[in-house]
Amino acid sequence: MTAHAELETEATDRMTVREAINQALREELERDEDVFVMGEDVGVMGGVLGVTDGLLEEFGEKRIVDSPISEAGLAGLGTGAAATGTRPVIEIMFSDFLGVAAEQIINQMAKMRYMFGGKIEMPVTVRTTEGGGMGAASQHSGTIHTWIAHFPGLKAVAPGTPAAAKGLLKSSIRSNDPVFFFENKMIYEDSGEVPVDEEFTIPIGEASVERAGDDVTVVATQRLVGESLDVADDLEGDVDVEVIDLRSLYPLDTDTIVSSLEKTGRLVVADESPLSYGTHAEIATRAMEEGFFSLDAPVQRVGTPDTHIPFSPPLEEEVLPSGADVENAINRIV
Amino acid sequence: MVTIDMEQPEGRKEGLRRMLTIRLFDETAEKRFLDGDIPGFVHPYIGEEAVAVGAIGALEPDDYITSTHRGHGHCLAKGLDPERMMAELYGKREGYCKGKGGSMHIADVDAGMLGANGIVGAGPPLATGAAFSIQYDDRDQVALAFCGDGGIAQGQVHEAINMAATWDLPVVYVVENNQYGEGTPVEKQHNVENLSDTAHAYDIPGFTIDGMDVTAVYEAVAEARDRADAGDGPTLIEAKTYRYRGHFVGDEEEYRTDEEVEGWQREDDPIETFKQRLVDRDELTDEEFEQLREEIATAVDEAVEHAREAPTPEPDEAYEDMFAQPAPEIQHFAAQFRADGGERGDDR
Ligand SMILES: Cc1ncc(C[n+]2csc(CCOP(=O)(O)OP(=O)(O)O)c2C)c(N)n1
Ligand SMILES: [Mg+2]
Repeated sequence: MTAHAELETEATDRMTVREAINQALREELERDEDVFVMGEDVGVMGGVLGVTDGLLEEFGEKRIVDSPISEAGLAGLGTGAAATGTRPVIEIMFSDFLGVAAEQIINQMAKMRYMFGGKIEMPVTVRTTEGGGMGAASQHSGTIHTWIAHFPGLKAVAPGTPAAAKGLLKSSIRSNDPVFFFENKMIYEDSGEVPVDEEFTIPIGEASVERAGDDVTVVATQRLVGESLDVADDLEGDVDVEVIDLRSLYPLDTDTIVSSLEKTGRLVVADESPLSYGTHAEIATRAMEEGFFSLDAPVQRVGTPDTHIPFSPPLEEEVLPSGADVENAINRIV
Repeated sequence: MVTIDMEQPEGRKEGLRRMLTIRLFDETAEKRFLDGDIPGFVHPYIGEEAVAVGAIGALEPDDYITSTHRGHGHCLAKGLDPERMMAELYGKREGYCKGKGGSMHIADVDAGMLGANGIVGAGPPLATGAAFSIQYDDRDQVALAFCGDGGIAQGQVHEAINMAATWDLPVVYVVENNQYGEGTPVEKQHNVENLSDTAHAYDIPGFTIDGMDVTAVYEAVAEARDRADAGDGPTLIEAKTYRYRGHFVGDEEEYRTDEEVEGWQREDDPIETFKQRLVDRDELTDEEFEQLREEIATAVDEAVEHAREAPTPEPDEAYEDMFAQPAPEIQHFAAQFRADGGERGDDR
């Protein structure tokens, strides 16, 4: 794991992804008066999934703002506020609701800086939760991050571990560019070691090798990072699996992926988004463009098979990619 | 012919029956959710029964409605079958959406029910579209959209109302003001005193009514329906009501007090007050009411039994229903999931 600045301490605490995000928000609110958090039920309720718990009590109503149910307004307000001297952290409760907010994101937030000849900064962070697995059905389970990563002018991160969640959220808030921070709702309870130093951040655009291996590279995101690590453990002795937490979708760390590929010659991309025209395709293309002569087998994709996420558990389980699918993909090419 | 003729004693009894059906259905759904039987989310309609039954009662049976995430009451008032609804809540193939939708997406287009909706504020534009096709085909129907007090903060709701007002579309907007959007009280989401004040902006009639009184809702919607049907455009009705339960089953409700909830239940319960009115008018006896309650309770229990026993969908059904003309990609990816005879799902 890389760190930006000199850290005073190397100490870590064990915490969940939810706690890591909460801590990152707390530290950045404390560090910078311009930072405020706004969204639906982020204050009194502490967020529907409990991520902003306790912030209202600590920072008050001025800085932790419960809004009306108005995602278009939230995205636009965040954009306008960021352009005029504050540092908004906007919560869009479920990433599916970015559909409601799309105009301000695509035509304003993403374009203003460029259209104005670089005359403004756009230090807005949009936090949102995505992913299936809760029986929440098609309008609360999508993994839509490719859509944001694809659009010029927006940055997108999607951490797979508590440490990545904390370090990347802090960087997102400190960034002068619009950053979308995608939280997978199924890993909020996953725990891991997280640096306690308040200056710990993770640069946007850097992937992390979570487990070294020689036979095959698995580039994974979010929930599939943990599941791929479990698969790697299971296969130990037979197949030596390298697992990379992609962490940043855009900018994308091509170097880390290609270096790994040079060692292993084989690549599996595991990301919960739909397969066609996706994150997988981008990674596979970069591997092909920059690592073509290292590739010993066709790149494998693990994702959602171009359906929405259905409600009924056996149906949902069918379409959601899992560790078992990562394992099958590995077995296809080693 | 209206769906429930509340001008007649039989119709009033039917109104009471539907309100009680909603209450018992949702009390049961709540229990089965807490048991872990029902997956996903359940948003109970308990306390708000008079709004769905009064509003839908005043529509003709083939009128359209759009609903919200809190849709069970709208479905039952529209005459949907509790058995198929419960099967959907259980994720079973016999459910209204073959298990693909669950509580938040129950739909029965043949019955004019254009879907519960997981997106707050999405219903009014859809109802406006239905009203447009009604006007386009010169059909003798109207559309009615339910929307929450939280939902009316969405921009798309206002765009839709403005279009309907400008084009005199046959649509009725019913705002269910149950005092909260999740944990946020209505006065922290809106500056207006009454949500029907918004109607002024579009120069359409707007009324705020007692949403705990099924007759008041019925009368207001009947008038709005007449207006829509006559080609005079939309009406915005705010029904003030109260959600007895948490936002969803499991909500800790730290944002309000028990006294507040009990106050509404004691003074305004829509079922209790309407029942009493019928008893006072000698249209119903207490014994008949208890009998009605038992009948409905039995039907709901049977719906649960049925849902429990009903077959779950086969995993392959997940790939169906995406398109009228299927895209080969989906079958290709589905086949790849199972390539090499690999096992799936065992580590999830
Ligand atoms: C576009 C969108 N934003 C947010 C949500 C999350 N959400 C679900 S219900 C709800 C509150 C809705 O309040 P209201 O419209 O008053 O309906 P009620 O729940 O009170 O019936 C919220 C914020 C959502 N489902 N869709
Ligand atoms: Mg409400």
